[in-house]
Amino acid sequence: MTLGGNRLFGPLDPAADAGYEAPPPRVGFFTDTSICIGCKACEVACKEWNGVPGDGLDLLGMSYDNTGALGADTWRHVAFIEQSRPVEQPATGGAGAPAGLPADLRWLMMSDICKHCTHAACLDVCPTGSLFRTEFGTVVVQEDICNGCGYCIPACPYGVIDQRKADGRAWKCTMCYDRLKVGLEPACSKACPTDSIQFGTLDELRERAGRRVEQLERAGVTSARLYGDDPNDGVGGDGAFFLLLDEPEVYGLPPDPVVTTRDLPAMWRRAAGAAVTLTVAAVAAFAGSRR
Amino acid sequence: MVPQAEFRSYYGQPVIKKPVWKWDIPAYFLTGGLMAGSSLLAAGADLTGNRRLCRASRFAAAANLAASTWFLVHDLGRPERFYNMLRVVRPTSPMNVGSWLLAAYGPPAALAAASEAAGVSPRTGRAAGLAAAVLAPMVASYTAVLTSDTAVPAWHDAYPHLPFVFVGSAGASAGGLAMALVPPAQASPARRLAVLGAGLELGADEHMGRTMGLTGEPYRQGTAGRLHRWARALTAGGAVMGATLARRSRLASAVAGLALVAGSACTRFSVFHAGAQSAGDPKYTVVPQRERVDAGDAVRATG
Repeated sequence: MTLGGNRLFGPLDPAADAGYEAPPPRVGFFTDTSICIGCKACEVACKEWNGVPGDGLDLLGMSYDNTGALGADTWRHVAFIEQSRPVEQPATGGAGAPAGLPADLRWLMMSDICKHCTHAACLDVCPTGSLFRTEFGTVVVQEDICNGCGYCIPACPYGVIDQRKADGRAWKCTMCYDRLKVGLEPACSKACPTDSIQFGTLDELRERAGRRVEQLERAGVTSARLYGDDPNDGVGGDGAFFLLLDEPEVYGLPPDPVVTTRDLPAMWRRAAGAAVTLTVAAVAAFAGSRR
Repeated sequence: MVPQAEFRSYYGQPVIKKPVWKWDIPAYFLTGGLMAGSSLLAAGADLTGNRRLCRASRFAAAANLAASTWFLVHDLGRPERFYNMLRVVRPTSPMNVGSWLLAAYGPPAALAAASEAAGVSPRTGRAAGLAAAVLAPMVASYTAVLTSDTAVPAWHDAYPHLPFVFVGSAGASAGGLAMALVPPAQASPARRLAVLGAGLELGADEHMGRTMGLTGEPYRQGTAGRLHRWARALTAGGAVMGATLARRSRLASAVAGLALVAGSACTRFSVFHAGAQSAGDPKYTVVPQRERVDAGDAVRATG
């Protein structure tokens, strides 16, 4: 499906599709939530490196997650879920539930981030060209261009990008574009003490993630599944994908996201039909009027 | 009635972000529809020699053009950068396409009104008015694409219907405004456009309510639901009055016309609130997607 030469759906190499000649390999994150310990070093490193403003030290009262959600001032967000169900112990001589904790309680922790979609709705709908595709296949906002129209915000199927109120513009993760430019890995993965957040070329990360799921399955962890790794999914695959231990919606992720612009040609056809209908109505309104 | 949906979520938090658009945006949808319908009325009146209707409609189009521009700039987080809208041509962005459309429509619409006001060069005025009228139907309908091209469930899923609701609302409100401004003897095309537009809007809206399922629910609940009921009452009432009493009584014509404008305003704000309500509740994002996945029908590119 194309519109004005833009492919709107299906697998592709986004940097090459955006017009880069011989771009570097597409990079991304594989976030393995099975080894996330919820330390939030990624949140801190992101804020520090990118100069993201503080957004309050609040106790949200829902869990150990006191950050809440991704937003203009939160580019990494560690979700925290407490569940009453048995922990799946890897069959490697695990010691059972830690002392003092009930055996039927498990904690899920997951560091969420902008997905850097292959088909990024935020980028598609941006009217100024402020949002653009980098040579690494990532999606970045140019803050000197953004005029704060806010269109990208309801367009994102993951609820990532948001408006910074005092500033008026839209902000989100850049995958540390400045660091990528000089061959460094992004701040969040650099700071991750367990390698739950792994940075690399997307092809290699997808292979590694597949092996990790098999490894966990062999160890008896049957709930492990990948999210956002499929280039055939509704957004053409995510540049930042995940290994989850429960359904995506439990972590606040949409179970089957689709880039809204997939339907844009159909939308324009309906709008054209409506425009013709209005023209006919106007002509009919004057039918019989004297010249 | 849609059954109560069971679903899982992250502490009941929304999956997607609510639009940050303020009241300016539904207000723009109203004035954008008014200007588009008025330009059509002005051109038709010009060609059929109805000077009163032509004059009033050209002024109405220009006034709503000025209001629209103000709303659009005022809603920006960085209003001083409004001109960045025309920095690029982006067919994948309905807002960019709309900006170019307005940039093409605005000058002739303003020129037609200026020619009318100054009483000079009626031929230029006619040419400008016809140019504006050619673009006007897309001005009225593109805002539906702008709304639907988002991840907001109540907006996205409404994409087959919203353009017809919006152009119907444009015709009803512009016809209504002219009925309020022009004596009944000269307003018969305005009455006809108003009745046709109201019928189109109400019909498209009814069809939308019957076919949308879960994500159509927000249009009937809360603030959106209240505005929706007002919109239907005002639009239907204004259209019936416009087809009957308004043909003879100037007062009835004005009342019916203003009811139609108010009905259009309620429609636009109802759609706006329905979107915000559907974005704020994870049910509308999660349940349809979960049903697809569980049915083995997840969205996948084939091949």
